[in-house]
Parts: sequence; structure tokens; C-alpha cells
Amino acid sequence: MCTIPFEVAPFGLSGAVYGALLNHRSALAELGSKVAEPPYNAAPRAPVLYVKPRNTLALSGDAVAIPAGMTELEIGACLGLVIGRPACNVSITEALDRIAGYLIVNDVSVPHESFYRPSIRYKARDGFCPLGPAVVARSAIADPDALAIRTYVDGALVQVSSTAELLRSTARLLADVTEFMTLAPGDVLAVGVARPCPRVRAGQSVDIVVDGLGTLSNRFVAAAE
Amino acid sequence: MRARVAFSGAIHTATPCNGTNGLRLADGRLVAETDVVWLPPFETGTVIALGLNYADHAKELAFNEQQEPLVFLKGPGTLIGHRGTTRRPADAKFMHYECELAVIIGRRAKNVARAAAMEHVAGYCIANDYAIRDYLENWYRPNLRVKNRDGGTVLGPWFVESSEVANPSNLELRTFVNGKMTQQGNTRDLIFDIPYLIEYLSAFMTLAPGDVILTGTPDGVVNVMPGDEIACEIDGLGRLVNTIAADGAFGR
Repeated sequence: MCTIPFEVAPFGLSGAVYGALLNHRSALAELGSKVAEPPYNAAPRAPVLYVKPRNTLALSGDAVAIPAGMTELEIGACLGLVIGRPACNVSITEALDRIAGYLIVNDVSVPHESFYRPSIRYKARDGFCPLGPAVVARSAIADPDALAIRTYVDGALVQVSSTAELLRSTARLLADVTEFMTLAPGDVLAVGVARPCPRVRAGQSVDIVVDGLGTLSNRFVAAAE
Repeated sequence: MRARVAFSGAIHTATPCNGTNGLRLADGRLVAETDVVWLPPFETGTVIALGLNYADHAKELAFNEQQEPLVFLKGPGTLIGHRGTTRRPADAKFMHYECELAVIIGRRAKNVARAAAMEHVAGYCIANDYAIRDYLENWYRPNLRVKNRDGGTVLGPWFVESSEVANPSNLELRTFVNGKMTQQGNTRDLIFDIPYLIEYLSAFMTLAPGDVILTGTPDGVVNVMPGDEIACEIDGLGRLVNTIAADGAFGR
């Protein structure tokens, strides 16, 4: 189990981690005109979420196994919101009050073309969601919608994005998600990954640096047979 | 079989009291089933659900032959127990139940072969996995707004040990809306059966005790409205009842 104690309520993660699909401007832009074509037929209306189940959770410093038969994985560098108080049908103005703090999420995926009905084997593998290195209290972050996210592979900068480029801001996303599902204390909501995602191979190390949140570091290794 | 219930300020394990509608709490008290709050009957881990896993239901929804099980995941906030209430938003036009056999994992399962799969099953319960079709979008189907709503996944009433279920591959499922049967099927018609699903899932994700697989629903889903009482039955697992409520009950 993934335990990251922190010093504001609820003091620990619940283990539930959700990610928002296509909430970074670059992710929707990457699809271009395909968004309006079959099988999608239209851009997402409500937030589209996916679940990173408990077997995927890992900490900074953990090795992530690249499954046998695969050469590369996608790195999904992302801001994660840690919920502090039950968030049900919250308004945009009260949304940020429900956040206990923030952490870095690496939403690792097996590269896949279609977002229509992708198999969970692309995102739900063991170790595919490193989190951390710590939960930083909300009070320490002036504006969650103005954080630079830098991804380094073996020390080389490969991607720079910002939470300023989200289609739904953190407050708007919380409001729209909690219209249909309550988020509980300790739940994590990853707010959206910039695309195209950097890819890594076995033997490489990934460092994700977010302003004020530290560095989430993981090594990628070939799966043991 | 056993239930988890809240009663008199604590959470209890309860067993059926033969010949009555009552429950026997672990501390010896006998209570009426309507005097307790029924919780999901086990500590749930990852909730794994199958779409279109009965041939007739797949046909009903005009779905073509599958290469691979259609699996989606749900979060803990959607779970409620027997006799709970599920909200129907005022703008929904098609909200339906789905009666499903839920398979509860009892042992860590990683790369488990089909022949050994059933050794990893702790037991079973009934699941009623609601969907609101109006909110279906063509991204990461079925999107959580359809399938992971608060109170949208009812589990229970009982956790039934695998040793108490002689053949999980031949169980009748029935759903009644206000007493009228609207859905009927049998787990023998699963496209991907329980051993297949455990082998398939454990090949890429480690399953842990408390993880649960909702194996899909057969033909016969119909729209339900506020005030409706929905009862899902599975042979040997009991009768899972829940009611639909309008927005007003939830302050909306």
C-alpha cells in the first residue's frame, strides 16, 4: 500500500486515485480533427476520468517494471490534488477549500492509439502510478493553476508544461467532477497530462519536477521473467 | 454467509437467523433486518467491472464480437449496501440497473493460470451496477459519469463463502422492479467466465484480497424512476434491494 503521511488532515491518502483525460490543452490538440470523427464524434463534454487502482500506486524511488515484450512506456507528468474534506457538488468558488494539498503524479501508460474504449491493461499495471515525493499543504502553493511541470529522462529535459494550460482549471475540474461523484478525504485527482508524452525504456530514470512540490524520481527497469 | 451492518453505534458482522427475517449480531443480539444499516459486506479494494459479458446483453446493445473482455474500474465512493438509495438526476432519461454476480478475491493473485484461478476466490455477493446512459461519451468508455456515480453500485446483502456456492457457473439471476420480473439470466452464459477473468486480469495487475470482479449483466435492463424498488436475486446469494430517489432527497 502506498503511504505518504502528511501534516494536514486527513494525514494520509485513501488509495483512490483518479485521472482526468484530455484536460491539458496539448492533449486535445494532439488529436486535432480526429476529435470530431468516429468513433469519438465530439470533444468530451463532462470530465472524462479513469481510475488508477491500488496495485498501480508507487512511491518516489521505486522502480517501475516495463512489462515483458514492451519496449517503451509513456510518462504522464501531472499535478495531483489531494482531497481534504468531502467534496460533493461543490461550486467553483468553494472547490479549492476542499483540497488538503498537492503532489506529483506520474500516470504511466502503455502507449495506445485509441481513447475510445482502451483496455485497462494500458494504465492499470502494477507500479504504473508513482506519487510523491510528499504531499505539500495547500497553504504552501499560491496558485495551483500556475505551476510549471518539468520532466527529465536521464537528466535531460524532455517536456515542459504548465497547469495554466489546463482546459478545466483545478477549481472548475473539482466542481464538474463532484457534480457526479463525491471525492473523499485522501482521494487523489490527477488534473491532466500534457501530450505527446515522453517515452522511456528500461534502464532510464525519470524525474518530474513541479514548482514547490519537489521531485518525483523513478527508475524504469525490465520486468523480471 | 455474513453481512456487515451498522447498529447501535457500531459496525457488526451479522448472520441470518434461520426461520426469521432477523439477523444475529456477533455479540449475540437478534435484530430485525430493517433496524440495521446494511453496508457492502466486505472491505472492498479495487472494483473491477465487466461490460457486455453476456451474449444476449451484448446483442441488446448492438455490440460486435469481442477479442478481449471489456473491463472498467470503479472507485470506492460509488459503493452502497443492501436497502440503500440511489439518486436519479432530474435530467436523466435512461437510468437502468444491472444485476451481476460479484466475485470477491481472497488471495493475492499474480499471473494465475486458469486451472488455479478459483483457489483465489473468497466468495460471492450480488451487485447492482447502475448506469445512466444519457451521460455516455465516446471517451474511455464507459466514462465514470455513467458508471461511477455516488450510490450507483449496490453490493450485498451477504458475503457468501465460495465453499457455500457449489457451482458459480450455473446461477440464475433475476431482477424485479416493484415486484415485476424484468431481467433473467444465468451465469452459465458469461462470455468470459470467472477463471478466464482471473487469469486475464492477474496477467497484468496483481489482485489482492477484497478486490471484486463484477462479472456483467444479462439482457433485460429497463429504465427506473424515483420511488421504484429494485430487487436483484441470485441463486444462493439472497436478494439485494434498493430504491431510487429524486434529486430533492439529496438537496439538489
